[in-house]
Amino acid sequence: MAQHTLSILVENAAGVLSQVIRLFSRKGYNIDSLAVGETDNPEISRITVIVKGDDLMVRQITSQLSKLLPVSSVTALSSENSIERELVLVKVAAPNRSARDEVIQIVNIFRANIIDVSMETLTISIVGAGEKTGAILNLLKEFGILEIVRTGMIALERGVSTIYDRNKDKEDYNYGKIVL
Amino acid sequence: MKITGAKIIMECLMEQGVNTVFGYPGGTILNVYDAMYDYQDRLRHILTAHEQGASHAADGYARATGRVGVCFATSGPGATNLVTGIATACSDSSPVVFLTCNVTENVLGKDAFQEVDITGIAMPITKATYMVRSASEIAETIREAFAIAAGGRPGPVVIDILKNATAEYADYTPLAKERHGSSGRLAQIAARMKTEPITDEIDTLVRMLGEAKRPVLLAGGGVARAGGAGALRAVAEKLGVPVSTTLMGMGAIPADHPQFTGMVGMHGSKASNFAISRCDLLIGVGTRFSDRVAGAPSTFAAYAKKVHIDIDRAEIDKNILTDHHIVGDAKTILERLYEALGTYDFSDWMAEVTAKRSDRPDGALYGLHPRDILQAVQRITDNKAVIVTDVGQHQMWSSQYYAYQYPGQLITSGGFGTMGFGYGAAMGVKLGLGDALVVHTTGDGCFRMNCNEMATAAHYGIPIITLIFNNGTLGMVRQWQTLMYHGRYSQTTLDRGPDFVKLAQAYDLEGCRVASIEEFETAFRHALACGHGAVIDCALGIDEKVRPMVGGGRPLTEYLLD
Repeated sequence: MAQHTLSILVENAAGVLSQVIRLFSRKGYNIDSLAVGETDNPEISRITVIVKGDDLMVRQITSQLSKLLPVSSVTALSSENSIERELVLVKVAAPNRSARDEVIQIVNIFRANIIDVSMETLTISIVGAGEKTGAILNLLKEFGILEIVRTGMIALERGVSTIYDRNKDKEDYNYGKIVL
Repeated sequence: MKITGAKIIMECLMEQGVNTVFGYPGGTILNVYDAMYDYQDRLRHILTAHEQGASHAADGYARATGRVGVCFATSGPGATNLVTGIATACSDSSPVVFLTCNVTENVLGKDAFQEVDITGIAMPITKATYMVRSASEIAETIREAFAIAAGGRPGPVVIDILKNATAEYADYTPLAKERHGSSGRLAQIAARMKTEPITDEIDTLVRMLGEAKRPVLLAGGGVARAGGAGALRAVAEKLGVPVSTTLMGMGAIPADHPQFTGMVGMHGSKASNFAISRCDLLIGVGTRFSDRVAGAPSTFAAYAKKVHIDIDRAEIDKNILTDHHIVGDAKTILERLYEALGTYDFSDWMAEVTAKRSDRPDGALYGLHPRDILQAVQRITDNKAVIVTDVGQHQMWSSQYYAYQYPGQLITSGGFGTMGFGYGAAMGVKLGLGDALVVHTTGDGCFRMNCNEMATAAHYGIPIITLIFNNGTLGMVRQWQTLMYHGRYSQTTLDRGPDFVKLAQAYDLEGCRVASIEEFETAFRHALACGHGAVIDCALGIDEKVRPMVGGGRPLTEYLLD
């Protein structure tokens, strides 16, 4: 089953996120990653969800989401034509000078940032798509990951087109006509 | 003008042309009921015995009239008592607006007396939920709620209004219903509910019809909601193909029409299941191919190309994978299709399907046979009765043994299968239709669930004739236990009681017990003539079965019971 990235534009109101998430759980689709934030229009928020499934499932979930009143559009972004990023903060054990040096080298190789240091730990901030963060975390595991927190993946389409293009003519969705 | 929130609610109902509401008052909704006191001449409020009865009544009213049903309840237990009714309306796409009140804003979220998060609870079973915190939002919300409940694929909407919002004053400007949807948020919502189909898609369907040799039309509840029965019949007659219906689609084509093959699915007719299984083009209109209809999805219409005509895009490819679909209003699509059709000759196929019709002249195991009861009703009422059912064996018999002429003549909880739906719904149907003759079929199990609503029928003089198919058991479950659980009747044997005659009389209704068809006919004629509610307790055999039967999730031609 492939991973699919869905970008959902919703009304920025209480309870909307809960409604969207409830739809996923009700239908039994597991959310691998979730990120929400306001767009440049403070009345609209953008939810980026990564979910595992096949094409049929994606069509189902996008049509179901489009039926929700506060949802104004749903777009499935493919990895070929979009850029994905996630922010990860990880606290690594570095109890002695040599461990600290090695960790710093790894951080430099991956162009991540050290944002906090203590006698026994280093806190690193990593921004990247799935492969980069996965790779650096794998290497850091050796030293002992004390704590990790991730924001969830966000994504944007490459090139000229924006998510708003799709709004202009709803009938041109890949999913065909949607009636509320 | 500045008026209280509660009065705004009343005025908005007047805007919508509502003249009948169902409900039950309580603490938080006091202000609303106080405002309602001044509208008694314009708004008829039916006080039921239980909020569940009110929810089913509003639902029945909506199904029978095509208008939006309205149901009021107070917070906490009042709201949660509506949940089954809301889910029932949601499953069968019935337009109902449920208005509940919640505690005041200063105690919201602090587990106050009779407080509950009804918008959260109802979220998965409604088209939309609203929480209104101030009087100034009330009018917009109610207008929007009605538009959403009625438009596109209809469904229930819950509006939860905080008590302080009903007490405070706000500006209210009346806006005529015709002008709703002309500006602002309502216009945006109206734009999302445009049901115009895409013309190319109809052309593709016409081409597929040209290539098909054995097409079948399958009509569901969506045809009824769209008012498309006439258009369906026109298309069916021009094509000359077999027409089957789902339970919710009964009446989409008159039952005595030569092309009608009967209900399809688990308890469908042999002719319908044969037609669906052997066809090479299946055109489903306003149906969602539920599991009761489709059986085993991989074997459903296995030789056919499937075309799905529905207003809800999310239903396409949900249960059954289709080869082509047209999203839009069923009536509009059928009318356009009719214009685009050529001439066809499927008479050989039609004959092949007609030959599969089989009549089941079984006798009764004991007492009365359900077929005789229903056909007596049909004959005595000259097929003018509207049948409202509960859920179970009697529901299936009501769909098999009565020849429905138009959509809405059978009102039943198909999608959700709510036992206890019948009595409340029957009251809503009767109040909505006025002069119609409403016959409520139920079982001894179902009737005991919401028979408390007899108090309401008696109080308001709503003449409903209830036929209890009393077999002393939860018949449908017993049937499954007989066929699939080796006759281990766990918790399904009842005692044919209580004494339904005495019970009806206690509620001031007519009551009668019958054990033969002659006794039934006499009792039924008497009930018709008496002009107020009646209950007829009909004795049936405990092992009476619904035939035919296809096992759950099995191919439609694999009959568990013939």
